[in-house]
Amino acid sequence: MGELWHLPLDLVSWVLLLGGCFFCVVGGLGLIRLPDFYSRMHAAGMTDTLGAGLLLVALAFQATHWMEIVKLFFILGFLVFTSPTAAHALARAAFTHGLKPKLAEPPPDVALAAEQTDTIAETVSCEGGVSSAS
Amino acid sequence: MKYALTIFLILVSVWLLGSGVYTTQMITLGLLSCLAVTLLCVRLKVVDSEAQPVQLGLRPLAYLPWLFREIALANWDLARRLLSPTMAIRPQLIRVRASQKSDVAQVLYANSITLTPGTVTLELEEGELLVHALTDEAADQLRGGEMDRRVRAVEGSA
Amino acid sequence: MFAVALVAIAVTMLLALTRAFKGPTVFDRVLALNMFGTKTVLLIAVMNYVSHGPDFLDLAVLYALLNFVGVIALLKFVREYSLKPEVEIE
Repeated sequence: MGELWHLPLDLVSWVLLLGGCFFCVVGGLGLIRLPDFYSRMHAAGMTDTLGAGLLLVALAFQATHWMEIVKLFFILGFLVFTSPTAAHALARAAFTHGLKPKLAEPPPDVALAAEQTDTIAETVSCEGGVSSAS
Repeated sequence: MKYALTIFLILVSVWLLGSGVYTTQMITLGLLSCLAVTLLCVRLKVVDSEAQPVQLGLRPLAYLPWLFREIALANWDLARRLLSPTMAIRPQLIRVRASQKSDVAQVLYANSITLTPGTVTLELEEGELLVHALTDEAADQLRGGEMDRRVRAVEGSA
Repeated sequence: MFAVALVAIAVTMLLALTRAFKGPTVFDRVLALNMFGTKTVLLIAVMNYVSHGPDFLDLAVLYALLNFVGVIALLKFVREYSLKPEVEIE
């Protein structure tokens, strides 16, 4: 590969790398800023999908050997497969454990609404009554 | 048997792509360990149409580009909201129908929902999903049912 | 430029750690740890291109797997206060 090829590849790589960093940091900020556990999961999902994805693809553009590309895509594949599974396991564990999400809207059905009303006061009081939506 | 063969082939290709050393000794060792893992998997009873959904064929590959596009758009939307000082979010729980027939396809649907930022699946039971959505837009998009339809297409007519 | 990526990832890890310390629920902490783990994978992958050391990417692959198994095990421990296998999956 001549020098001619390096510049455009590098440019694409840098843009993707910066994009990945951007989504990682924003996801980290979201993890701090969002009001309750369930909404924080969305922020964590963001860094796992586009943050990690863009970073790894950017690194693939810098690869000097085909095996590096294969390994980067292994990592990407594992992350894409495991992150929703881990997220779902977490969400389900929290939900069955009885942690109630703070909602801006009443839950969709009566059974859930009944579960909701008796515990929402607790949730709010133990976390200092931060309002969940603007 | 078909599924055991599939997992063996997947393991062998992972080994060949990842090892990078192609001497007779290493390849023999690799094949032997792949065989051992396959046997262990059979003993664990994790070798069936759920763990190795070969019946889906290559249709999931056609679904992936659309999913990635969706994920990118949802990410961008969420990033904008997180950076704005007011953070315009309305967390809500919604129930969505999963119209897929097989368990594999329903799990694929639930995982796609979780993978898309803005929506997380909390529960999956009997063709109905309980989803935590962060914004009205995310919730409406899910209710629109395009993802549901596309995952049903992955399932095919089988 | 890789330095920028390293700093960005380190900042994200710091933010995740902050959340892990603040809690308030144990699930928040597990979530933050999971995120910390994925960022470690990315950090190792970027390090591969900074130091040109041997086989950092293999470590990253391994860490990606270990992180997942670790989170699931931790979650199971949190939920049941033991690592024994469940008798029946509900």
